[in-house]
Amino acid sequence: MSFADALAALYTPETARAIEAADEAAVLRALERRAPDEADLAALLAPAAAPHLEAMARRAHETTVRHFGRTIQLFTPLYLSNYCTNGCVYCGFNTGNRIPRAQLTPEQALAEGRAIAATGLRQLLLLTGEAPARAGTDYIAACARLLRPLFPSLGVEVHALAEADYRALTRAGVDAMTMFQETYDRELYATLHPRGPKRDFAWRLGAPERACRAGMRVVNVGALLGLAPWRLEVFATALHARHLQRRHPGVDIAISLPRMRPHAGAWQPAHPLTDSELVQAMTALRLFLPQAGITLSTREAPALRDNLVPLGVTRMSAGVSTAVGGHTGGDPGSGQFEISDPRGVDAVCAALRQRGYQPVFKDWEPLEHAHTARRAS
Amino acid sequence: MTPVTEHDDILELGGARLHSRLFIGTGKFGDDALIPAVCAASGAQVITMALRRVDLDAGPANLMAHIPAHMVRLPNTSGARNADEAVRIARLARAMGCGDWIKIEVVSDSRHLLPDGYATARATETLAREGFVVLPYMNPDLYVARSLADAGAAAVMPLGAPIGTNRGLRTREMIAILVEELDLPVIVDAGIGKPSQACEAMEMGAAACLVNTAIATAGDPVAMGRAFGQAVAAGRAAFLAGPGAERRRASASSPLTGFLGEAGAGAGGAVPGEAQP
Ligand code: SF4
Repeated sequence: MSFADALAALYTPETARAIEAADEAAVLRALERRAPDEADLAALLAPAAAPHLEAMARRAHETTVRHFGRTIQLFTPLYLSNYCTNGCVYCGFNTGNRIPRAQLTPEQALAEGRAIAATGLRQLLLLTGEAPARAGTDYIAACARLLRPLFPSLGVEVHALAEADYRALTRAGVDAMTMFQETYDRELYATLHPRGPKRDFAWRLGAPERACRAGMRVVNVGALLGLAPWRLEVFATALHARHLQRRHPGVDIAISLPRMRPHAGAWQPAHPLTDSELVQAMTALRLFLPQAGITLSTREAPALRDNLVPLGVTRMSAGVSTAVGGHTGGDPGSGQFEISDPRGVDAVCAALRQRGYQPVFKDWEPLEHAHTARRAS
Repeated sequence: MTPVTEHDDILELGGARLHSRLFIGTGKFGDDALIPAVCAASGAQVITMALRRVDLDAGPANLMAHIPAHMVRLPNTSGARNADEAVRIARLARAMGCGDWIKIEVVSDSRHLLPDGYATARATETLAREGFVVLPYMNPDLYVARSLADAGAAAVMPLGAPIGTNRGLRTREMIAILVEELDLPVIVDAGIGKPSQACEAMEMGAAACLVNTAIATAGDPVAMGRAFGQAVAAGRAAFLAGPGAERRRASASSPLTGFLGEAGAGAGGAVPGEAQP
């Protein structure tokens, strides 16, 4: 079964009601399970689980430490281009927003990459808006080829591509792909994406699976929390991740929990999450998917980010600018969203160390460069 | 033949003579700066590290900088999804100066992290031919173990339980079969959560134990390293002292069947084929 079919069966008012209706006994049962199933997941996301947040957090913490240790991987995004043909109503880059548009040449991207690498970071995430005529696969691949020698792990967070495009990107040295479905609610999706190619819900939904087939090592999914009621969104995200894990056992499937932030433009999220709800979402995901990476962005404020670290996070961004050219002195004014954690890499590392966590900069050795290896001594 | 005692009990592996039968790892520490103290407290002489985490450009922050010079480095191929990737990572490790030892991990299952026995055997064959000391991480399956032995492995490293679960010796019976059947050292890897479980593996006749998660994620990793060092030594001493050592002791003083053949040994008295007094 494709995930689109599975989603049609699970993203329903009945599922939402089942989550709402799960009782305390179901929550306690779920907390005891070695391998929680879908019903357990529903219970962990239920209102009835809220009083048991501390127990969930403890289990999430133990599970994460056992599987990932006291380590947090650090990465930073590099915005290559903010040209966009889409009208996502929640986004500062949306084609209707009158912001300065810019696109880095591959050489400028390399200069940004050098500035980032100088901070010690070794994992980079390349982002673009959706403007394939300007910032298409060839352009992204050209940037990747220049940046690869500086960054053993290169990810992309760009528009939904065909399998052949993802394959071309892996050949250019890209090993990770991030794709947020934004919302798993098909009807809401249509109203939030009134124009542009991104309107095609199914094409986007299938993108992570195409990336898996194309040989990406890490595929990261997520929903933009705040667009729709969060319990069902997180439930769908978890089952999407598990679907990918089962079909592509060789790919590391990771999850992000991006929460909506204020941005240029008047639109504000209809279903904002409280901090406790974010914690419930994260710990439920961790218990359901013990081996999945969980990514936390700089959308969250420093104090909250530091407190979330022990609850299941495995990967964080640091030293972030969401503006094109933001690392080499470009105008940082018109970013995609406002970040809440403006700390530099050193400050993030210091905060992690203070909590007994080790920042990890490098977690992959690109094998295509085997011949350039140097000796340690 | 003289009895084997703790003092001359040496594990010979890949040209090294190891007094400690505890192998440790570098992953999952909250601070890599703890590694030298863990090495010292545990007495371990072999330490594994994921090549994917090694960054020679990182200067003093480089993981390798924390590994004391006397330790045998055992780079591992964590992240390899097939035999070819494992082989390439092993060659990179050697080119980067990590030595000739390699722990092969070929895992293509991100949910359970179970090793792929066939791919592991293929990688072992290639790397053993290239002169590596190959220590493959495996499911404790006798057939896979035999293929690994045939392929030139220096030891086999069966899992006690899935990686990172700390669930102990769940595969106890299968590991016992490997210990019984193989001429190679059997080094229990993965799943050991407590010193008592490492001790048990050693009592069963394992040649060594590799412990990473349980030490690195302990409240006090140095103290836990020491506890594991002691537990492994105790388990080994028990193995040498116990029934497992009987075969080695040709001079055992009073065999239980020594009475057979002795004159007037029992009520029946007569031993077939011997003359009556
Ligand atoms: S979310 Fe992406 S696709 Fe939508 S408007 Fe913003 S940049 Fe364009």
